[in-house]
Amino acid sequence: MMRLADVFRYSLQSMLGHRGRTLLILLAMAIGVAAVVVLTALGEGARLYVLKQFTTLGSHMIIVLPGRSETSGGAPPLLGEIPRDLTIDDALALYQSHAVNNVAPVVIGSAPVSWQAREREVLVLGTTAEMEQVRQLTLARGKFISTNGPHRGAAVCVIGHTLRKELFGNQQALGQWLRIGERRFRVIGELAQQSHSLGTDIGDLVIIPVASAQALFNTESLFRILIQAKGRDSIAPAKQAVEEIIRKRHDGENDITVITQDSILATFDRIFTALTFAIAAIAAISLAVAGILIMNVMLIAISQRTAEIGLLKALGASDTEIMLLFMSEAGLLSLCGGLAGLALGVGSNLLLNQTFSDFSIIAPTWASLGGLGLALLTGILFGYIPARRAAHLKPVEALTRRR
Amino acid sequence: MIELTNINRNFEVGEETVHALRDINLNIDAGEYISIMGPSGSGKSTLLNILGLLDQPSSGDYRFNSQAVNQLADDEQAQVRREHIGFVFQFFHLIPRLSAIDNVALPLTLAGIVPETRNQKAKAAMQALGIADRATHRPDQLSGGQRQRVAIARAMITEPQLILADEPTGNLDRASGHEVIEALEGLNQKGITLIIVTHDPALGQRACRRLNMDDGKIVSDLNS
Ligand SMILES: Nc1ncnc2c1ncn2[C@@H]1O[C@H](COP(=O)(O)OP(=O)(O)OP(=O)(O)O)[C@@H](O)[C@H]1O
Ligand SMILES: [Mg+2]
Repeated sequence: MMRLADVFRYSLQSMLGHRGRTLLILLAMAIGVAAVVVLTALGEGARLYVLKQFTTLGSHMIIVLPGRSETSGGAPPLLGEIPRDLTIDDALALYQSHAVNNVAPVVIGSAPVSWQAREREVLVLGTTAEMEQVRQLTLARGKFISTNGPHRGAAVCVIGHTLRKELFGNQQALGQWLRIGERRFRVIGELAQQSHSLGTDIGDLVIIPVASAQALFNTESLFRILIQAKGRDSIAPAKQAVEEIIRKRHDGENDITVITQDSILATFDRIFTALTFAIAAIAAISLAVAGILIMNVMLIAISQRTAEIGLLKALGASDTEIMLLFMSEAGLLSLCGGLAGLALGVGSNLLLNQTFSDFSIIAPTWASLGGLGLALLTGILFGYIPARRAAHLKPVEALTRRR
Repeated sequence: MIELTNINRNFEVGEETVHALRDINLNIDAGEYISIMGPSGSGKSTLLNILGLLDQPSSGDYRFNSQAVNQLADDEQAQVRREHIGFVFQFFHLIPRLSAIDNVALPLTLAGIVPETRNQKAKAAMQALGIADRATHRPDQLSGGQRQRVAIARAMITEPQLILADEPTGNLDRASGHEVIEALEGLNQKGITLIIVTHDPALGQRACRRLNMDDGKIVSDLNS
């Protein structure tokens, strides 16, 4: 039996001896593997990007919405049930739970905001001092609205970065009086420009005390309540406590929806993982194409090399050895192509990474190894048929066939 | 060493059956030097292929060292070829991308012999044929005569009992043809059985035993 080292040496020499054919196969394989590596890296990058966005949204956040958005079995909704509004007192009651760190009630509306002759219609966010913690807001100048009782509406506001530019240009904004709707508010702070702001645009808004907002929009109810749990582990107990406290206050009705950041995160995570797999599968098709190319090229190679096969048989090579020689050639071709593709893919990822710096593009290990493994598998799979044909050639026919 | 009894070889070509060999009976002893001559199409190559286990007879019995080799499985026949039979072809059949020495060593490579041993043996064989200085050349860098001597070195490297040569000088000029025949005869003098198919009467006459074929039959079998 031929030594394995010699089998590989023979295959390598054959690859070097047929450069054009070898390069063609290597190219096809390399493109296939590189496609898998780059596309999955893009998918994975998108997933990580979204995850990062969520964590900058505020840590350990829980959102309470009025009304049930789902029925979780149990009792059917009562006839003509109208969900009770969430109130500031509901929000304050949530501090009863030890799992809750901060509670920020939210009232949202849109109103014209003007200073001197300039006017803009922007988002008005009524909330309390806790919002700064819950949403992890940073201020560029001044201070955030203060906690002197949520029921008291002071005439102060904090403005977003974009709004400041639009209204004041290069002029000093702090201390100026803005007109919001029919009321006047003094600017006490400016939000810093934040790079990550999934969802609401925190650049183009004005933040005022919650009671002022209720007065402005003439409402008693809250748009939602944002809660910051004490830590990652207290998210679940906090959620439970919130549901219980509100149920008690709402005559035993489950008329709120509590969303944890984790549950949103998990959904996005699932979507993006599925997407990455789908992309990988599409890329894998190009590997199958490369496999078919290998098969065809190997079949042609075998018809060109019948005399060589006949000679090997005359010199005493068994069918198994001929098979082994051709399989190892197909295997080596796809391995080299796969490695080249891996290098190509990783190289492109590095390049992409430099181009889009806040988007980390790194192929997951499973994709790199999977791409390489799949390349090897297709090579061997599609190399099998030609190899078997070579092995079953009759020595005399192979030798005497004239070219 | 070789006993052929009632060997027939038929080829189906379309509707017709070509009888390439008809009832061949032939005994060959170890160490003989045999030439096979005859007109084109008389079955010389077919006979040689059957002797070399490259082809199967349609009927008849072939014993090699008293073993009924035509009943062996493909891989067992491959083993007999590997261990006992060397081939020299008209068209050399060297592998173009391998160096001369790698071509010579190829049978040993296939047999799983370690590189040191096979290179040593290949060198010795090439030395004996006067082509040692061409070891690293590739076939396309060699003359026809040199190529055929590489092929002979390859045939002898496994120390076979039998060397079969089908028109080994057919593609060579007189001078290099002569060198090649002398190399083959040198092997025969060391005890290897040598069978040469040739169209050249002068070469045929050199053999101790001369077979003449016509239409698939051995028509004369002369000893001298
Ligand atoms: N594979 C084949 N299929 C059909 N017929 C064949 C085949 N091989 C040989 N023959 C026929 O068998 C007969 C003997 O052929 P063979 O090659 O043995 O002749 P030869 O004596 O070697 O001739 P040459 O001197 O031209 O080489 C010829 O008629 C040939 O056409
Ligand atoms: Mg012939």
